[in-house]
Amino acid sequence: MAQSEQEILSGLAEIVNEITGVAAADVQSDKSFTDDLDIDSLSMVEVVVAAEEKFGVKIPDDEVKNLRTVGDAVSFIAKAGA
Amino acid sequence: MSTSDIHGDRRTKVVVTGVGATTPVGGTAPSTWSALLAGTSGVRTLEGEWAIDLPVTFAATVAVEPSEVLDRVEARKLDRTAQFAMVAAREAWADAGLTDVELDPERLGVSIATGIGGALTLLNTWDLMREKGARRVSPHTIPMLMPNCAAANVGIEFKARAGVHTPVAACASGAESMAQGLEMIRSGAADVVIVGGTEACIHPLPLAAFAAMMALSRRNDEPSRASRPWDKGRDGFVMGEGAAVLIIESYEHAKARGARMYAEVAGAGVTSDGSDSLVQPDPTGAGASRAMTAALVDAGATPADVVHVNAHATSTPQGDIAEALAIRTTLGDSIDNVCVTSTKSMTGHLLGAAGAIESIAVVLAIHERRVPPTINLDDPDDEVNLDIVTGSPRPLRDGPIVALNNSFGFGGHNVALAFRSI
Repeated sequence: MAQSEQEILSGLAEIVNEITGVAAADVQSDKSFTDDLDIDSLSMVEVVVAAEEKFGVKIPDDEVKNLRTVGDAVSFIAKAGA
Repeated sequence: MSTSDIHGDRRTKVVVTGVGATTPVGGTAPSTWSALLAGTSGVRTLEGEWAIDLPVTFAATVAVEPSEVLDRVEARKLDRTAQFAMVAAREAWADAGLTDVELDPERLGVSIATGIGGALTLLNTWDLMREKGARRVSPHTIPMLMPNCAAANVGIEFKARAGVHTPVAACASGAESMAQGLEMIRSGAADVVIVGGTEACIHPLPLAAFAAMMALSRRNDEPSRASRPWDKGRDGFVMGEGAAVLIIESYEHAKARGARMYAEVAGAGVTSDGSDSLVQPDPTGAGASRAMTAALVDAGATPADVVHVNAHATSTPQGDIAEALAIRTTLGDSIDNVCVTSTKSMTGHLLGAAGAIESIAVVLAIHERRVPPTINLDDPDDEVNLDIVTGSPRPLRDGPIVALNNSFGFGGHNVALAFRSI
């Protein structure tokens, strides 16, 4: 089921908040997961797996390193779910 | 002239400066201690469908859930044993007056024991994996289930760099951590050590497993009366969970920073049964007696100095008797001046944390000069000839006093700790 990028962004913000405690409002498209949101590598794996489950998509492990910003992740999920 | 002066103690004197705990009778050390003095039971029927068909449907669950105290995001990356240990360690640290104090990290160590470590994480993750596949196994699983998770997390919290340890000796673990911490300070490896024990395995599998060994009480209709050390009606121990942590440091270090000292960690005796059975206690209590004697010798004390023993006494038919014999053997005629108690009658058996929570009970008994009662002792076994504290707390005499804490574990591990008043 295709979702708007806005829906994906807010869903992802919820996941990030649940797993890392980072405020959902801080999870914005231009933010880097590691540099701006300070999310460590183990937590990043958790975020990816939770996103796979929530959005019904597959995010291959070797793709994760390309998802540097929140926006990168949202675009990937939107394309994968289309 | 104190007992230690008489023996010209060449080794570093070690003292207890802080205590913290989360137990079935209280979410803190003070609330736990008040509950023990009042004879409160922390044993309750287990809620949840998973418990209904088990042979044993009750246990001593903690009085305050860690989720009520810990930050949610922190707690989700910690096994329950580590959650308990963090709660207790933070309390002990603050109690020792160390909040905002800069210790030399290279002189700070940790020894936090456990019987089985992150068993709940292991079991729950297996359930999740069978239901949802390998991809859903959290990347935090390994750091959560490893037995050293509690000690390691405490080590990180307080930046301990003199060594982080997790002694394992079944039900003697929580006392062995104190013995190890004592040695770390005496050997000069550390000035301050965070010692303690933690256990969290109230789950169908360990319950069924202990029940299969006939080790657990099956008094399902009266849980709070099931843990009854030395009573004729005892039929096994009650499983408990929780953690207890103590801050121990060299007397010089404590004095220099003006710390309040509860009691001295005077000595430790660690022996092993080396006998025929892995789980049956040696009926002669020989190994236990050697441990108690060794603790007194290590403390530069004699049986005449002893006024109190916090017994291991788990409420098993054989164990309680074997230990009673060992206590009499060790103390000889001095037994007449000694009162004994088993706080397991109230807390249940905290397994890897038992030796630690009972160390707190002895330290506070010495500090306040009063011993908590043993509850449920309606009809003492004829083979037990000890002065057991029942009813209201028993006062301890003035002047220098020594008390022993016994802990024995499956596998034949015997640890006796001697504490002395300051």
